[in-house]
Amino acid sequence: MATQNKVKSIKFSLGKNEIDLLTRLCNAVSVSGDEQKVRQIVLEEVQDLADEVKTDALGNVLVTKRGTAPNRLRVMLSGHMDEVGMMIVKESEDGTYEFRVIGGIDPRQLVGKPVLVGRNLVPGVIGAKAIHMTTPEERKVAIPVEQLRIDLGPGAKVAIGDRATFATKLAVLGPSIRSKALDDRLGVFNLIQLLKHAPANVDLFLAFTVQEELGLRGAKVAAFSFDPQIGIALDSTPANDLPFFEGDEENTHYNTHLGAGPAIYLMDGATIGDRRLVNWLTESADAAGIPWQYRQPGTGGTDAGAIHKTRAGVPSVSVSVPQRYLHSAAGLVRKQDVVNTFKLIHTALSRLDPSILNS
Amino acid sequence: MTIELVPHIKELLSAAGLSGNEAPVREILEKAWKPISDELITTNGGSFIAVQHGTGAAPRPKVLIAAHMDAIGLMVTTIEEGFLHFTQVGGVDPRILPGQMVNVHGTAQGSDKAQDIPGMVVMPPAHLLPADAPTGVLGLNHLFIDTGLEPKEVERLVRVGDFVNFAQEPMELAGETICGHTLDNRSSVAALTVCLDILSRRKHLWDVYGDATAQEEVFGTGSITDPVAVRPDLAIVIDVTFSKGPGGNGYRSCEIGKGITITTGPQDHPYLVKKLSKLAEDLDIPFSLEAAPGPGGTDAYSIQTAESGIPTVEIGLPLRYMHTPVELVSIKDIRRAGRLMAEFIDSLPENFMNEVIWE
Repeated sequence: MATQNKVKSIKFSLGKNEIDLLTRLCNAVSVSGDEQKVRQIVLEEVQDLADEVKTDALGNVLVTKRGTAPNRLRVMLSGHMDEVGMMIVKESEDGTYEFRVIGGIDPRQLVGKPVLVGRNLVPGVIGAKAIHMTTPEERKVAIPVEQLRIDLGPGAKVAIGDRATFATKLAVLGPSIRSKALDDRLGVFNLIQLLKHAPANVDLFLAFTVQEELGLRGAKVAAFSFDPQIGIALDSTPANDLPFFEGDEENTHYNTHLGAGPAIYLMDGATIGDRRLVNWLTESADAAGIPWQYRQPGTGGTDAGAIHKTRAGVPSVSVSVPQRYLHSAAGLVRKQDVVNTFKLIHTALSRLDPSILNS
Repeated sequence: MTIELVPHIKELLSAAGLSGNEAPVREILEKAWKPISDELITTNGGSFIAVQHGTGAAPRPKVLIAAHMDAIGLMVTTIEEGFLHFTQVGGVDPRILPGQMVNVHGTAQGSDKAQDIPGMVVMPPAHLLPADAPTGVLGLNHLFIDTGLEPKEVERLVRVGDFVNFAQEPMELAGETICGHTLDNRSSVAALTVCLDILSRRKHLWDVYGDATAQEEVFGTGSITDPVAVRPDLAIVIDVTFSKGPGGNGYRSCEIGKGITITTGPQDHPYLVKKLSKLAEDLDIPFSLEAAPGPGGTDAYSIQTAESGIPTVEIGLPLRYMHTPVELVSIKDIRRAGRLMAEFIDSLPENFMNEVIWE
């Protein structure tokens, strides 16, 4: 027997337009502190839809879209525009540049990868000594970042301070999407979709934030500017749902599972999710028949870590798209999880009642 | 040149052609070499040989030019919950693998329907690994390939033994360099094409056997068996060699873009080294002498020792980051090597072998 959903969720899928937008967002180079490329795409996408658009002192794009119903809550949603990457730190005569990582990239992920450097996207590679010249002992030791170089070819010139990212292009692999910057262009993408399908019963304060990867800096000032009643961070969180190596033991530390729906946070390393909001989200999902999962309580953090401590305090929660292999040359998400995350947020906002804050 | 060099190199790099599975490279070469050859031979071992008849009186002396066409890569060993375990084909440094984009050559539907399935090499988080796993570099036994497909779909498409090649697209970098996987040794194969192309417009006296050899990276199958089939009077082996750059600045490394190398070592006949060096000087082709004291790491060893022995000489293309997916070679050097080999062969008198003596 078919079950009747109590609430109808919005029709939404990843068609050509959506994949095109996500591709532009993900392929852009936008490392913390130099988010220009993604900011340009965001400004272009939101300008005709928003009531107000502002780029603030840190480079956040702050978008306001007011509802039309009476008694509207002021809801801030954030998605961060920055990504982890690298920075050129020294001049070079021969085209091989010393660099350091920005944000949490495991140095073991850097070796043997193509990269793009600077706003002009100069192509380069991070190589490694030929295996023929290494000893078996040497091959057991990870190459430290200090010894790696970004090689742009003889004679190439870039500047100290130029940012770089892995050169991976977004690819759709069957039910999945693979890209270098799904963390957190998916959040940016879902904020844009929310503006396109804005619910009438709330005032939306959309913060496209900077420098999340370096201490939630953008979210801190954005939340102050917006002075919201509720804060929601849209981000991406690890899916460690890989086979376990120890015999038949169960993998109990998966954090999230790919394909099991949006991940709702109870607690991470920066925020304890407001239980009223957590329940509102799970009830909304259940009512609309949208799959969801709890993110296992643990470490890590989202923009909510900064938002909830703003002014006199803002009840906050985070919702993430589960993703394998964050902060590497490419992460992997299921398309259906992206769709269901948007549906969940849209459905929940559409039935959000100011009385939630009285409970 | 009738063949455009850079597109030709890129086409050669686009073929997987792992050791023992060189068919896709043969197909590209058949197309490129047909118009400039008198005869094309596929050997029992999988090598591909272009024959150009000389204009001297029969029986004419023969020169063999060998450039191996096989590539290193990976092979599927087990399928677990949709993840692929793998081993290596040829020498792969495990440090370059995490986060590496690959193509799985799926043959579960039958090898005639083999299908390239994009995937990536992934490193499980530490807490999923057995207690005795290393904390730094993980061996191949602890890495997986994730295709982004559902486990059932993976079972349908992939089977144990399927080849996996690096998916890195070729990139042109500054200083007229090209970068990608398998420039070891397709850049030499491209130089061989340059050589054959020039010779196709010359009236050389000798018969020329341009040989793209098979399985150099594993068992040397091509270079062991081809000389027996061809019975050349002398042989030139062209392979990549180490270039100066990050991680490699020892005496075996040459500057990139500053010319090719002519090798001097136990596998190189001193007279041929002298003759080739003199010709390069006369033609203003920049080169350096490369000292190779150890047992040869190229096809030269087995060709030199085939049958009753064949005077052999090696040409090297300096390459950075050997056996990584971001190998880097000077395009100029590829042209230089092709030209030097062609001019050398064109200059050979019918009785040249009388000169090739030990002092």
